[in-house]
Amino acid sequence: MIDFFTAHAPVLAIVFFIFGALTAPVLGKINNSLSYYCALITTALSFVLSVYLLVSVYNNGPLEYFLGGWKPPYGIEYRADILNSFILSVVSFVSLLSIIYGYGSIKAEIHEKRRPAFYSVYLLFIGGMMGILITNDIFNMYVFLEITSLAGYALIAMGRTRYSYMASFNYLILGSIGATFFLIGIGYLYMQTGTLNLTDLAQRLQGHFDTNVVLVAIAFIIVGLMLKMAVFPLHFWLPDAYTYSPSVISAAMAGTSTKVAAYLLIRLMYTIFGIQAGFSGINFSGIIIVISSITILAGSIIAISQTDLKRMLAFSSIGQIGYVLIGTAMVNKYAFAGGLLHILNHAMMKTALFMVAGGFFYKLTSTKINNLKGMGRQMPFTSTMFLILSLSMVGIPLTVGFISKWYIVLGAAQSGNWIVVPVILLSSLLTAVYFGRVINTLFFKESEPSGAENLPVKMPYSMIGSTAVLVFLCVFFGVFAYLPAEISLKAAESIIGAMPWK
Amino acid sequence: MIEFIADKYNFWIAIVLMMIGFYAIIAKHNLVKKVIGLNIFQTSVFLFYISISKVNGGTAPIIWHPEEHAKVVYDNPLPHVLILTAIVVSVSVTAVALGIIVKLYKNYGSIEDDEIKIRELKEPELDSK
Repeated sequence: MIDFFTAHAPVLAIVFFIFGALTAPVLGKINNSLSYYCALITTALSFVLSVYLLVSVYNNGPLEYFLGGWKPPYGIEYRADILNSFILSVVSFVSLLSIIYGYGSIKAEIHEKRRPAFYSVYLLFIGGMMGILITNDIFNMYVFLEITSLAGYALIAMGRTRYSYMASFNYLILGSIGATFFLIGIGYLYMQTGTLNLTDLAQRLQGHFDTNVVLVAIAFIIVGLMLKMAVFPLHFWLPDAYTYSPSVISAAMAGTSTKVAAYLLIRLMYTIFGIQAGFSGINFSGIIIVISSITILAGSIIAISQTDLKRMLAFSSIGQIGYVLIGTAMVNKYAFAGGLLHILNHAMMKTALFMVAGGFFYKLTSTKINNLKGMGRQMPFTSTMFLILSLSMVGIPLTVGFISKWYIVLGAAQSGNWIVVPVILLSSLLTAVYFGRVINTLFFKESEPSGAENLPVKMPYSMIGSTAVLVFLCVFFGVFAYLPAEISLKAAESIIGAMPWK
Repeated sequence: MIEFIADKYNFWIAIVLMMIGFYAIIAKHNLVKKVIGLNIFQTSVFLFYISISKVNGGTAPIIWHPEEHAKVVYDNPLPHVLILTAIVVSVSVTAVALGIIVKLYKNYGSIEDDEIKIRELKEPELDSK
């Protein structure tokens, strides 16, 4: 039995979710809470499986799995290396904690009749992301990207306000345009090489980087994926989508979906395009560094002027995805490790922050910053968690936010991209400004009697517990940064060192 | 010049369709028209895929009688298969979009996006579900 699981681990990571997504609504017919346990067990199993994959890949090197026994140029290959199994663990961990958190908040926010469908779509959403991460076939990536996005549109539309539908619709239009651009890019690459397997593509593309077909393919793919990951001028869908979706979904999405798109871009940049080669006289690394610098600053500046807590966190997310991109675009081991670490760190911090925002929403049924006056006294534990997470976002030492910024700055200094250092320092300052404003409101402003403050609403233990776990890990990995840093350094070495044309 | 255009006419049609679809998505305020634009946009990509799979003198990749048609040239079947998947995706996107539009109409009584924004500003935070 164990042998079966270990032999088929890469494909089981997705099969669990598809099976769970089909089972949850059926179980919901029998008993509503059964479908919750179905979602819980599925995500827990896949978390165990991804940790197993990570340990196995860390010790024994990359794992290849051929679907149906067909070898790569003809068949579909699933491949787990240290880069994607690391992000796989992050995604499944965030999704597990979100569904535990959801035990309390889904009851308050989603109608009983819709819950089985909700769990089913949630499992599809996470399963699609696992598929993007583990497949080594570029068309498979497109299909899984669309599965994730379609599930995402449905999940956002389940928010409590009626504007959720409009947020979902805008995301649908922009997300489909992004995915279609990605599809066109795949078409051009197929035109040039006649293959869809990433490893095969990388070999066959060598010597063809100067052709217009490949350049157009790269342009379409980069723009399409940047739309999906909400890089600055293409970010318009994200704030509404995060603000109007249910608390669980804001938490899970902020931790996973944009980072998976970032992984896709990193994978394509390094595995097939060879970003450090700077082919055809175009300095791709430099272009992406400039774009992500603008993203970091713009996200932080717009976040300052927001009046809604969830919306502020959403704009902050746009800025933070810039860190991932800027770290991985500077072709340097430490910067790359910093970018990867920021995927883990930001997933923990931002998920926990959205969980805290969901907690305030649970109590106040509003996330306007003005309504949070004096909440530091009424919800001391939640507010303290918010304080710790804010310090981590700013990048105070002994928290995870510091570790990833430290590595990115180290890599920037090593690779000579000095422009990155002031960008990161300035953005930390701006982060301190907009989180400082919320902390000021929480702890130092007198609460106005609005009737809501004395409501006997207690946050359920599942919500407080899962947030507390993430906050604890934010501090734990900030002090004992050895383990994640070691894994991401090894991933950076394997990705940057594995360039055949370097 | 004329030959250059006539030679690759299917690619030109794909580009023109793509631009029409893009224009509809950006410029139209009616949500259904936006969805139609999105459909045209995606269809142009399907046309592009079908075009690159065409082999000169090739026929549909179906085997009739292997002994009689031993020397038949076939088109590349793989892009057809890929685009079949993409068509399914596109149909699902359209279905989800139309579902959302129905819900929007129930909540706002309109499917014009500027109209919906105005109504949201006038009476925000209405919990109408």
